Amino acid sequence: MQSSSWPPAATPALLRARAELYERLRNFFRQRGVLEVEVPLLARHTATDPHIDSIAVTLDGADGYLQTSPEFFMKRLLAAGVGDIYSLGKAFRRGEAGRRHNPEFTMLEWYRLDLDEQQLMDEVEALLGDCLELESIRRVSYRELFESQLGIDPHRASAEQLRALAAEHVDVAWQEADVDTWLDVLMTHVIEPALGRGLVFVYDYPASQAALARVATDAQGQRVARRFEAYVNGMELANGYWELTDAVEQRRRFAADSARRQQLGLPELAADEHLLAALASGLPACAGVALGVDRLLMQQAGAAEIAAVLAFPVDRV
Amino acid sequence: MSTYSTNEFRSGMKVMLDGEPCAILDNEFVKPGKGQAFNRVKLRNLNSGRVWERTFRSGESLEAADVRDHEMEYLYSDGEFWHFMEPTTFEQHQADAKAVGDSAKWLKEQDKVTVTLFNGAPLAVTPPNHVELEIVETDPGLKGDTAQGGTKPAKLSTGAVVKVPLFLSEGEVIRVDTRTGEYLSRAKDQ
Repeated sequence: MQSSSWPPAATPALLRARAELYERLRNFFRQRGVLEVEVPLLARHTATDPHIDSIAVTLDGADGYLQTSPEFFMKRLLAAGVGDIYSLGKAFRRGEAGRRHNPEFTMLEWYRLDLDEQQLMDEVEALLGDCLELESIRRVSYRELFESQLGIDPHRASAEQLRALAAEHVDVAWQEADVDTWLDVLMTHVIEPALGRGLVFVYDYPASQAALARVATDAQGQRVARRFEAYVNGMELANGYWELTDAVEQRRRFAADSARRQQLGLPELAADEHLLAALASGLPACAGVALGVDRLLMQQAGAAEIAAVLAFPVDRV
Repeated sequence: MSTYSTNEFRSGMKVMLDGEPCAILDNEFVKPGKGQAFNRVKLRNLNSGRVWERTFRSGESLEAADVRDHEMEYLYSDGEFWHFMEPTTFEQHQADAKAVGDSAKWLKEQDKVTVTLFNGAPLAVTPPNHVELEIVETDPGLKGDTAQGGTKPAKLSTGAVVKVPLFLSEGEVIRVDTRTGEYLSRAKDQ
């Protein structure tokens, strides 16, 4: 390594800003009676999402993984009846490195009993308003965004229609892809850059992108995922769900992930039986959200690169 | 030939894309909250000079392009080709007008230049940042007119035309910045 990369990347002022932000976040939850919990970063199971690549390690001679989020452990705590909880800790994702990504990052995740995702958005709004000067606040459905900017209904469009639309805006290096890949291309390349300043919540995602959120029918009779994402000044900061509590449906989604991983030639991952057992014993109705703390700090500091808010970003470790 | 995956893409890396050698200028990782990750890559086609952006799915890879920069001495032009020599091996290379492009007007015999070879053949020629060339044609110098603004065109020995201060005359040697085409100063040792 070059000798010049030993000093920290973040300035002393930003190191202090991080400590102050942690205190502010902990105060926010203390005032609301939400309990801080600490869960393992190293475990025998991990997220099965084909688009999340866990860092595999050896744990007592068997497969282990650095956790990509505290979600599974937090849901086991919820099923055990601990009530409203939050976790402020590290998460790891292989290969996610860039201006807004570092493979090791800080995630704030919290769960609120008896709230749905719309009510949880109110709390996200309060938390962000506590940390940032928000120029404006709006909520818009995934469908409204695609209809107003691209003139297409994302829930009904075919892969071919979306491919043709993407080709008008983006030069891609491949031809064939499924509906969700084209939606992701349009979302990241066309819609996100036009979201503008302020806080924007996007909600009611395509049912095929439900991840661990409930799927329900919207006012127009469309099956949608009860998920939201929060963007601040065009940068995605948080991702929330009205949580799936049905163990049978959860097992079906694990199986679907597994089939998709096989199709893509990705490593096989066993479903977390502890999580399934916790759901079977009864996960209380709740909504949960994960928020990127480093990005929140970027917004506070007006930093364009995540490296500027990290003491030691990945290229210095 | 080796290949590079999107997460290895770095500015300056040379890759093959659609059969053309390209230089990577920028690589941005983008990912929606959930879903497929992409790399938005800005490239320059080294044949055409065209710059554009293409999106890859993260994890896709490209073949490395055998593109290397070599320091060479410029020998002469025969009208059709420009001839260069590797100073250590004395190996000679001839570049056509497409490879030499606008650099032709800065090439002075025996100057050291950078020749970019693609699969062993010249792809581009880059002159030194600063060259010293003789003025072969300009209006007569105005005595007593010091460097208080005011310029005139001057044709140099290589054919380039640059704006120079009014006090310079034919036969003088000047330093020019080849990146901007601007006059810098009189050459030091005349």
